[in-house]
Amino acid sequence: MATVVAEGERVVRLAEIRAAGLVRHASEHGDRDSVERSLPVAAGLRPLIPGGHLRRGSTVAVAPGSTSLLLALLAEASAAGSWCAVVGLPHLGLVAAAEAGVAVNRLALVPNPGPEWASVTAALLDGVDIVVAVPPGPVAPQVSARLTARARQRGGVLVPIGGWPGADLTLELVGGAWHGLGQGRGRLRRREVEVVAHGRGAATRARRAHLWLPDVRVDLGPVRVVGDQLTLIGPSTAKREREVGAA
Amino acid sequence: MRTLLLWCPDWPVIAAGITEGVSVHGPVAVLYANRVLVCSPAARAEGVRRGLRKREAQGRCPHLVVVEHDPGRDARVFEPVVAAVEELAPGVEVIRPGACALGSRGPSSYYGGEAQAAERIVEHIALTCAVEAQAGVADGVFAALLAARMGRIVPPGQTPSFLSAMDVETLDRPDLTDLLRRLGVRTLADFAALPAADVLGRFGFDAAYAHRLAAGADERPLAVRRPPPDLEVTGGYDPALERVDMAAFAAKALAERLHERLAGHGLAATRLAIEAHTEAGEELHRVWRHDGLLDAAAIADRVRWQLDGWLTGTGRAGALTGRLPARPTAGIDRLRLIPDGVVRHAGMQAGLWGEIGVADERAHRALVRVQGLLGPESVFTAVLGGGRDYADRVRLVPWGDERSPKRPGGDERSPKRPGGNPAQPPWPGQLPAPAPATVLTEPAPMTVCTADGATLAVDARLTMTGSPASVRIGREPPVRVTAWAGPWPADERWWAPDEASRLVRFQLCLADGTALLAALREELWTVEAIYD
Repeated sequence: MATVVAEGERVVRLAEIRAAGLVRHASEHGDRDSVERSLPVAAGLRPLIPGGHLRRGSTVAVAPGSTSLLLALLAEASAAGSWCAVVGLPHLGLVAAAEAGVAVNRLALVPNPGPEWASVTAALLDGVDIVVAVPPGPVAPQVSARLTARARQRGGVLVPIGGWPGADLTLELVGGAWHGLGQGRGRLRRREVEVVAHGRGAATRARRAHLWLPDVRVDLGPVRVVGDQLTLIGPSTAKREREVGAA
Repeated sequence: MRTLLLWCPDWPVIAAGITEGVSVHGPVAVLYANRVLVCSPAARAEGVRRGLRKREAQGRCPHLVVVEHDPGRDARVFEPVVAAVEELAPGVEVIRPGACALGSRGPSSYYGGEAQAAERIVEHIALTCAVEAQAGVADGVFAALLAARMGRIVPPGQTPSFLSAMDVETLDRPDLTDLLRRLGVRTLADFAALPAADVLGRFGFDAAYAHRLAAGADERPLAVRRPPPDLEVTGGYDPALERVDMAAFAAKALAERLHERLAGHGLAATRLAIEAHTEAGEELHRVWRHDGLLDAAAIADRVRWQLDGWLTGTGRAGALTGRLPARPTAGIDRLRLIPDGVVRHAGMQAGLWGEIGVADERAHRALVRVQGLLGPESVFTAVLGGGRDYADRVRLVPWGDERSPKRPGGDERSPKRPGGNPAQPPWPGQLPAPAPATVLTEPAPMTVCTADGATLAVDARLTMTGSPASVRIGREPPVRVTAWAGPWPADERWWAPDEASRLVRFQLCLADGTALLAALREELWTVEAIYD
């Protein structure tokens, strides 16, 4: 009898302690740690990335020819105070970067690294949270492995442009349509794109998302496929849906 | 307090003579608001007086040279005179341009008497600055000024009697003087004889102070100026520095000395001038700006970059900017570091809860390391400014330099609302948001054709020969245009022939899904930017 009571007390005490947040499940613990060791991304990109955030130490490749996707990827972390660096991209539109929400005063640019791009990238990974690197040509596996390891060790995020052996995740734009431009009137306003993410580990199964670029921050609501036509769910509708969901 | 006062008569005239080359021995008048403020002795002899109108003064003396009054010039030219006085006796107060005062006790005991000290200083001023000065010694600045005008040394204790016969006008308070005259008070002795309490009650505080002056009780201590500390450091090298590594080593030691000296005064520099001098007499001078405070390592880096560029002749910095002169013919025998933009160094304060500023510090170190790998002008941050063009709105600033926009109007915090701040100029015709994510540094050639295959042309009245139907970029096959907008004309800086640009722009959406910003400039089509 006495042992039963003691057992019950222990259970109660454990429950109290757990409620006070003094002990956690091992899984919870790991999760919390990875949140601290991660960088935020814009809401529109979260479904594409395992865990919904950029894990520090990971390598996220972006396919060439989708610079606005790259800027969208940087924006949230940069706005939250992270430093970003871009190596070997002299054509980067910085007005677009600022519009996407990247803090340009924390965006270091090395437009012409020359043959030393790998050592420059490695040096930047020491102190900068997100390093975007554009290799001048095909990358030797040793170099890519070295840089990936450097990123993992230093807790930075390496964002190579183009194919990267050993990338945790590769983001690619497939198809896109601009809106706002007519025949001799209007102007380019926004682009709806489909982004495909595939990679290793949790990202082995390819994920797809429809997004609005370049303004992933302004929540225009998700794009929904109705038949073969894309329909925009307006922000008010999206918000209402969320509220209903929360209730 | 015994005061030695040095007075240069007609200082504005002499200052004009020194800077504008006016002959001060001829009739000269300095005018302020069309009235004579000061005139030279020659002009005075012709009947020119203070307060005359310009025309009246010229009527009395037809060959009068007229100069506009410039207080800045007077002060500037007086600076060497003060410096000359400071060479002989420290603790000088500049009363106004043309008059400065110093405590007489020190110099008079050093030179063996007030007369000797005054004589020595006046002579030194005449020798170093070629300026005539008069000295006067009395108790208090006010009496000393009057004494200097007469070139007299009033013995200690006799200042009240020296002042007693003076006219009340010498107080230099026209309203009070006028009132006193009408009350029958004509000399300072008369004024001083009035009861102090009544003067204060009837005429106010300023008059009470004047009353004390008139009684010879001027006890205000001198507000002496402190000479600025000598901060620059110089290093002489024998044998001369021929190689970059030697120069870098020397620069490091020199930078540490400069940093130590600045830190000793509790100061930090925001700009740094580096001067190198070769055995052959060549000189290189460059000012490095810095965003923030320069520490010893940053100073050493800058000296090394500059010497690297200069000694190797083909320095990366020099090759990029073309600012550095050709390779020197001899080694460097003297280096000088001159701190500029010196501010009080409040010290670095790390954030209380850790982390604040730590990330910045880490990033800073990484970027400086890349600068070490590739040279100073390899790492940039962008500053957004005003402008119509996307490329125009961006200025790339080398890491560590001062961040200032190329043109005003960029509002970094809210780039979507240019001109949102009323102090910022608007840029009508600015290309609209969203901006293209790729802006080509070298516009790529292209052709835009109309439906019938001819190249699309736009005339001065923006009439197009057709609508764009297909596009060829470089040698690639033509692509159909699905949507377009334009022409958007831009005629910028037509007043400056070198910077003028006149063009029309089009936004084109192509069948393969890309969107371009195309420009037509003097019948040449180029791709300016890609919306990718």
